[in-house]
Amino acid sequence: MHELSIAMNIVDIATKEAEKAGTDVVFEVDLEIGTMAGIEFESLEFALSVATRGTILEKTTININRIQAMAKCIDCGEKSDIRDMFSGCPKCNSYNVILICGKELRISSLLIE
Amino acid sequence: MCDTCGCNENGKDIKILIPGEEQETTGHAHSHGEHDSHDHDHHHHDHNHTHSHDHHHEHDGYDHDHSEKPATGNGRLIKVEQDIMGINNLMAERNRGYFEARNITAINLMSSPGSGKTTLLEKTISRLNRKRPVYIIEGDQQTMNDAYRIEAAGAPVVQVNTGNGCHLDAEMINRAVKKLDIAAGSVLLIENVGNLVCPSLFDLGEAERVVIISVTEGEDKPAKYPTIFENADLCIINKTDLLPYVDFNIEKAREYALRINHNLEFIELSATTEEGFEKWMDWLDSIKK
Repeated sequence: MHELSIAMNIVDIATKEAEKAGTDVVFEVDLEIGTMAGIEFESLEFALSVATRGTILEKTTININRIQAMAKCIDCGEKSDIRDMFSGCPKCNSYNVILICGKELRISSLLIE
Repeated sequence: MCDTCGCNENGKDIKILIPGEEQETTGHAHSHGEHDSHDHDHHHHDHNHTHSHDHHHEHDGYDHDHSEKPATGNGRLIKVEQDIMGINNLMAERNRGYFEARNITAINLMSSPGSGKTTLLEKTISRLNRKRPVYIIEGDQQTMNDAYRIEAAGAPVVQVNTGNGCHLDAEMINRAVKKLDIAAGSVLLIENVGNLVCPSLFDLGEAERVVIISVTEGEDKPAKYPTIFENADLCIINKTDLLPYVDFNIEKAREYALRINHNLEFIELSATTEEGFEKWMDWLDSIKK
């Protein structure tokens, strides 16, 4: 359950940013989480419900924007959505693929009072 | 907030101890058995809303506009654009800077429980002690057992008990290092909590990451737990003395791991018989501090 540590970091960062902006009312938090970031989305949702309890984010809507992982094949140049690094390139079947995106773990914005 | 039970007390139920000081507790010491003592309201979980949206990036991660977001009448939108792991990563870089300045080679060892990490460390200590000072940070949820084994093997050791935590993080290492008082020019071996999932996300400030699997596990470990292999520099395949008795295909294990991490190096050894151990010692020698 490293998702709880992640959720606590989210609460810390959002709280500090809200304080900097001079408010303790946060309507929404926008997150960007890659599908290959090593996060279980359901665990993160649960962890957030626990981590926000008793904080200024208790009533905040937290939007988790999933970033679909994409890879590029070094051999043929094909770009494709991937679930994991095992399927290989759908065009030439090479495993020589590199990740373009899908590792994001980011707070993108806050909607505050 | 406490990340052991999610209660609202500050600090963590984490113990950082040297052998012989089991009673000391750093961080807060509330009982996780008695939830009556906390003022939680367990029936009001429905305040908070979490929404998931699928989001497709058709570009290579450059600046983009979240235009699907409905315009809200009141409220200010502030851009944050911060890495959620940023707090840990900053602390990890502080640790890394300290290690570099003191010429300390820090290695993060990760594996599932029972892969033979502690035996590997014991043997490594006795060989390294002839050449370079070696220090150990032991990560386990509970007990000082491994710390005593390491102490008996002849290396200064700090045990980090993470409570219910499933990984070490950079702050724990920072605190442990202060307690360990490492001599310049040493090797620091950090034995992470036995877990093939969570430790992979947490940079500790190490120079290199090593993942250990043993031939008594399935050869598909890299397929099942890709993230930890993706972020590793070296994969040790341990317990090779048991190969005649188990159904483990080393070539398959390598192939799976290489699909995830094209630059991963491998060393096959037996920590028990010390067959192949020279290669591991040579690898340690080759690491730039």
